[in-house]
Amino acid sequence: MTDSSKTLVVVDYGSGNLRSVWQAAVHAAADTPWQVTLSNDPAILRAANRIILPGQGAMADCMRELRASGLLEPVLQAAQSKPLFGVCVGMQMLLEHSEEGDTPSLGLIPGRVRRFALEGRLQPDGSRYKIPQMGWNRVHRSAAHPNHPMWQGIADGSWFYFVHSYYAQPDRPEHCAGYTEYGEPFASAIVRDNLFATQFHPEKSADQGIALYRNFLRWQP
Amino acid sequence: MLAKRIIPCLDVTGGRVVKGVNFVELRDAGDPVEIAARYNEQGADELTFLDITATSDGRDLILPIIEAVASQVFIPLTVGGGVRTVADVRRLLNAGADKTSFNSAAIANPQVISEASDKYGSQCIVVAIDAKRRSAEAQQQPDASGQPRGPGWNVFSHGGRKDTGLDAVQWAREMAQRGAGELLLTSMDRDGTKAGFDLELTRTISDAVGIPVIASGGVGTLEHLAEGVTQGGADAVLAASIFHFGTYTVQQAKEYMASRGIPVRL
Repeated sequence: MTDSSKTLVVVDYGSGNLRSVWQAAVHAAADTPWQVTLSNDPAILRAANRIILPGQGAMADCMRELRASGLLEPVLQAAQSKPLFGVCVGMQMLLEHSEEGDTPSLGLIPGRVRRFALEGRLQPDGSRYKIPQMGWNRVHRSAAHPNHPMWQGIADGSWFYFVHSYYAQPDRPEHCAGYTEYGEPFASAIVRDNLFATQFHPEKSADQGIALYRNFLRWQP
Repeated sequence: MLAKRIIPCLDVTGGRVVKGVNFVELRDAGDPVEIAARYNEQGADELTFLDITATSDGRDLILPIIEAVASQVFIPLTVGGGVRTVADVRRLLNAGADKTSFNSAAIANPQVISEASDKYGSQCIVVAIDAKRRSAEAQQQPDASGQPRGPGWNVFSHGGRKDTGLDAVQWAREMAQRGAGELLLTSMDRDGTKAGFDLELTRTISDAVGIPVIASGGVGTLEHLAEGVTQGGADAVLAASIFHFGTYTVQQAKEYMASRGIPVRL
């Protein structure tokens, strides 16, 4: 395809936050040749140059909806061949298994999704850890990917917006692109070849989030 | 570590953002998108829109506001006021809200919290609790076991007009168990007084539940915001008038909290 017809498709399988993701991606793509589309059409997904896989709510529901929508196959095909950005549960689905509802997931990145085990523990300021982690936390670049192109222009330790009770635990350190402290450090951004995914919500993370989506449009994995 | 959040609250009626003093003399406060963008630039961590429309006729007018703001301002948006059903949650989420806040409807039908949270996830279900310290008379009323209830707070509904008789701490626990993702806790004794949060209430509820608590009601100074976190144990603080009337900017509030050693996003 030429530069004048690049398409970014946000996968519409019924996830709650897809409209926010789509709007933020449209904003990020302003003044670029990219066309941003929200679509549940497998043919449009197959033709897309890049894919964003959103996800919100329970993992089992997201997996079921993705299958029921007929979009699982084009998403897996995209994961083999083109840049794919997973968000929140859309990130968690990339791993092999989630403790949430004991749910097998896509298995594209070795590792599991676990629930925060912070009950009864206190934060450094003496208040108790709350689950979900809800709010803004810092994302640090991982030792494996200090200069990943997705981090371009985004300072180490930048703030992003999180809402989650489960977190990804990739088996291999090279699949961690960024980490965040909540009780323990956990992988808040993961990466493998043409796959990049975040536990936090770029679409709700103000300028830094838009910058990350903009980097995704430029990324050449 | 997780930052403590500052959340400006915007009142909406008839499709406009308004500001008023004690709910009288409502004045048009300007374009919702401009106001939201200004708070975003000042570093607001989230925005809460409270629909103060008295009739359901005007209620749908908040949807275009949320749509307009959500297409331009990329921080979390909460909508409260008149949220009654799971269908209301869907409509607001579709318009671009990230969270919906239940109040009276949760009291009338607690099951709606379970249903809404099962369907859309606890992350988008906030329960607003309007709590008022029990009077000496109310303390003498018997609880379920026949003993006088003693000191504490009762939950009020219908914009603070109706005493439900529910104990605020028990109610907070029940809402968390039913799947609320967050509590928006307003002290009716302090709301509008500028005397500061009811810190004992805030601390008691925050210690009683494992979900985040937003403190609201009574903020008059930056010190009050900081106290809500340091003494009240709140995860977030919500304020309206100090920001609307330009007494302080969100940025100033955050700088003050940071100077008190509170982690904030600057």
